[in-house]
Amino acid sequence: MDQIKVLTANIDKPNSTSIDVYLDGGGYKAVATALKMKPEEVTQLVKDSELRGRGGAGFPTGMKWSFVPKNAPRPTYLLCNADESEPGTFKDRVLIEKDPHLLIEGMIIAAYAIGSCPMSYIYIRGEFYYGATVLDKALEEARAKGYLGKNILGSGFDFDITVHRGAGAYICGEETGLIESVEGHRGQPRVKPPFPAVVGVFGGPTVVQNVETLACVPLIINNGAEWFKGFGSPKNTGPKLYCVSGSVKKPGVYEFPMGITLKELIYDHCGGITGDRKLKAVIPGGASAPMLLPDEIDLPLNFDAVMKAGSMLGSAGIIVLDESVCIVDAVWRLAKFFAHESCGQCTPCREGTNWLESVLDRIERGGGRPQDADLLLDMSDNIGGKSLCALGDAAIGPVISSVKKFRDEYLYHVEHKSCLPETKRYRRLDVALAAH
Amino acid sequence: MADLQPDNPYAPERFADPAKKVEFPPEAKKKFDWILTRYPNKEAALLPVLHLAQEVWGWISPEAVHYVGELLDLSPATVFGVVSFYNMYNQKPVGKYHVQVCTNLSCMIGRAYDIYEGLCEKMNVQPGQTTPDGKFTIAEVECLGSCGTAPVVQINNDYHENMTVEKVDALLKTLT
Repeated sequence: MDQIKVLTANIDKPNSTSIDVYLDGGGYKAVATALKMKPEEVTQLVKDSELRGRGGAGFPTGMKWSFVPKNAPRPTYLLCNADESEPGTFKDRVLIEKDPHLLIEGMIIAAYAIGSCPMSYIYIRGEFYYGATVLDKALEEARAKGYLGKNILGSGFDFDITVHRGAGAYICGEETGLIESVEGHRGQPRVKPPFPAVVGVFGGPTVVQNVETLACVPLIINNGAEWFKGFGSPKNTGPKLYCVSGSVKKPGVYEFPMGITLKELIYDHCGGITGDRKLKAVIPGGASAPMLLPDEIDLPLNFDAVMKAGSMLGSAGIIVLDESVCIVDAVWRLAKFFAHESCGQCTPCREGTNWLESVLDRIERGGGRPQDADLLLDMSDNIGGKSLCALGDAAIGPVISSVKKFRDEYLYHVEHKSCLPETKRYRRLDVALAAH
Repeated sequence: MADLQPDNPYAPERFADPAKKVEFPPEAKKKFDWILTRYPNKEAALLPVLHLAQEVWGWISPEAVHYVGELLDLSPATVFGVVSFYNMYNQKPVGKYHVQVCTNLSCMIGRAYDIYEGLCEKMNVQPGQTTPDGKFTIAEVECLGSCGTAPVVQINNDYHENMTVEKVDALLKTLT
């Protein structure tokens, strides 16, 4: 399968963030087309395209829009989720920093389709300071040209966007956590139902969409649903950005029609494994996705196929681990991440993620006990599905899959009080660095 | 939860000193007024106003917590609850250069711990601490969303990608 340039068509152009370059490439044509359609027609077109949310869950976008009640007592909001915090994921950053107008155009169309109130927010993670400045500048340009503001292109539709910077909390990528954070609270997820489509930000119906999802919308309006379905397979349509990192020779963001196989992506496009070492495991969809073994990678990277293989495509953040990586150390690092990012609201997740980190650290330091592998599974069982949001479930993904697939390596640690001889350590266990 | 083991919550420096009054300079005040126009209520402006406060003072002092609370009609407890939840709000003053090393999985494979541990050792500071001359604060941070160019080090607002121990050393030498 060859690489394509559809979502990333503009990013290599010089000065790609400027509105003039974007307009030269046919930009904002989709807004003009969409504003002449009825909102329901726009939603129907997106439904027909079978676009699924690119943030992780793969929920059909058109369906999400159609859930928004008409005549709700409070204003309807569109929020853009640019809180890209899942370890291994860095695709939205490319779109934000290189082609901000594509996102803005997608937001205008989405807002029109759902009947949004005149204000909308891009929730960008606080660390993306540069991205936020790029967006701010792009929004200024769009306002000056009349694509944002009152009565856009004479259609009577008012709409504006504010960049809302997060402040370093992974949990704000969860949609209700994000909503809380926009409202100025701690980003602790809410009980569902009511779902955000009914009661979301400021009490109004709310649609939260990932950057890449919104970036697909202008393409669908311009080229039609059938064109969009021409990429990928039924129910898993469209161009998709894949982020590859870890032990590969050429890491980066790659665009393909949805459904390139993991094997082809790693060996044909990313140049294979660093140092031509052997592949050990692949995390296919960001830190929370269960690991896949080398014999499982002949797998089309689309939502349904990866789900069937027992993992998930998630945000398509592919982390490749080669034979020199100690699985216990790698899983410990992910567990540490989730322990740090648990919002502290639900006991199973708050306590459980910290225990996972402690036990994994104990095994890595040579203090493991023979029953520890089963202990990890037992703890995971007490976290999964027992809290409000999916962070707990995310935390146990790598733990369960690694214990099941690399049990021998865990037992080796317990027995020999050291890592496998072919693996190397990444941190110095002799230095006692205080927890931060 | 940014910090599971906070310092002594009753330490005197964690309370606002009534003798010290803080106020936004005129430029920041203008920005504050603009922020308020972007949200349907005052409370929603809390995160951007805290970012603004940090830009002005470099950290969120107890006095700033009270001041922001007064501006937005929120109790200091509510404001502090938000400040302590989010990682990026500094609850202590940081050095002129806030060196944040990502050590999450992709960066770890790229040997980010060598950078991080090396920096702590060379500058002789504990993680999160500032060098005595007030120049550098070294911190370990979670995924910065730049895994394709790992390891990544964020210094103040800027990303430095594809780092190595040598490159970081060279980079820090250029900072004055």
